[in-house]
Amino acid sequence: MNFRLARPTLLIDLNRVPGLRGLARAPDGGVVAGAMTRHRDFEFSALVRDLLPLAHAAMPSVAHRAIRNRGTIGGSLAHADPSGDWPALCLACDARMTIRSSTGTRDVAAEAFGRGLFETALQAGEMLAEVHFPAWGARRRWGLQKMTRRQGDFAIVGVVVVADAGPDGRCTNLRNVVYGATDCAQLVHEASDMLEGRVPTQVRIGEAARAAAAAVPTRSDLHASGAYRTELVEALTHRALSQAFPEALPSAVAA
Amino acid sequence: MSTIDIALTVNGKPVAASVPPRLTLADFLRERLDLTGTHLGCEHGICGACTVLVGEPGDPGDAVRACLMFAVQARGMEVTTVEGLAPDGEMNALQKSFQQHHALQCGFCTPGMLVTATALLRDCPHPSADQVRDAISGNLCRCTGYVPIVEAILEASESTKE
Repeated sequence: MNFRLARPTLLIDLNRVPGLRGLARAPDGGVVAGAMTRHRDFEFSALVRDLLPLAHAAMPSVAHRAIRNRGTIGGSLAHADPSGDWPALCLACDARMTIRSSTGTRDVAAEAFGRGLFETALQAGEMLAEVHFPAWGARRRWGLQKMTRRQGDFAIVGVVVVADAGPDGRCTNLRNVVYGATDCAQLVHEASDMLEGRVPTQVRIGEAARAAAAAVPTRSDLHASGAYRTELVEALTHRALSQAFPEALPSAVAA
Repeated sequence: MSTIDIALTVNGKPVAASVPPRLTLADFLRERLDLTGTHLGCEHGICGACTVLVGEPGDPGDAVRACLMFAVQARGMEVTTVEGLAPDGEMNALQKSFQQHHALQCGFCTPGMLVTATALLRDCPHPSADQVRDAISGNLCRCTGYVPIVEAILEASESTKE
């Protein structure tokens, strides 16, 4: 609103609507977050630390303390900034959004929630009520890498990966998300397909990172050129996958 | 434009006003209450100059951006601005430390720095230099005086009193 991107004639403050803020363990072992749950709630929640370690680790680099004290997951998702962290985290975690209106409730997968630049699946008269994060298994890995000019800035490009590592070292259920590069956080299947079901060696991670760079049509703007963003997609995908699978690093092989 | 009646506590004193819903908390503090210590730089949450403490009654409050809240959202809350950090005409230890370390030049960012540092030292009385830098990373100083600001906050913390 301060940018005049939205000029509502009527505004409802959801802060005083009961039942919209809070974190709970879901029956499946996942996490249910009310839309008005603040970034700081995720940052300091033992439940999130234990059940959703990626979200816990991501919070300190989401803007700054004074922003995290007020900002909410629902606000971030509904605003749909292409460089926002929550749309990317929800996509990587395969989260499900519960949307309510006066006529009913419907669920939308994170993949279908983000529609583009400041655009979501929310229709007039609807509000985001809850976000459901499915349970993480014991073999789940994650990597999060982003490039910002200053601590807490919106990412020029960010990459989030979530995957399961089998006892044989094979990678399954890999979700590789790139954000900040285009109008909307997106899954990059071209990269994850190259690693799915295989042992993520350093060579394969490099191939997947190059595939991601080739697949994502990066945007140019005031902050960075498309060519620079393409370089970032490759470098950050490489780093995020290496973070999730440190055993693929040359030093790990030598040790 | 229609107005909404609000009552809140600002720097320990009860305040009642009738405000347009569109009025930001920062503009309310500056223009209605004449508390012009809260500065407005970017007006979209980046610069940190408008940082104030807002909490439920009895809660010392969390650092928030006064430009990203409407005054009506502070209804029933306790707000502390830079003017409320010490009694009129006096300076607290943090403010004296800023003076001693020349941690301000033009002074525009100083209210936000002081309020942010107040919240940091309350939640983390023994910060490392890195923790101080992280805490003020959301407060821009365009005189590039960050080094003395970090020194001043560390000097005022418990970290240097052992």
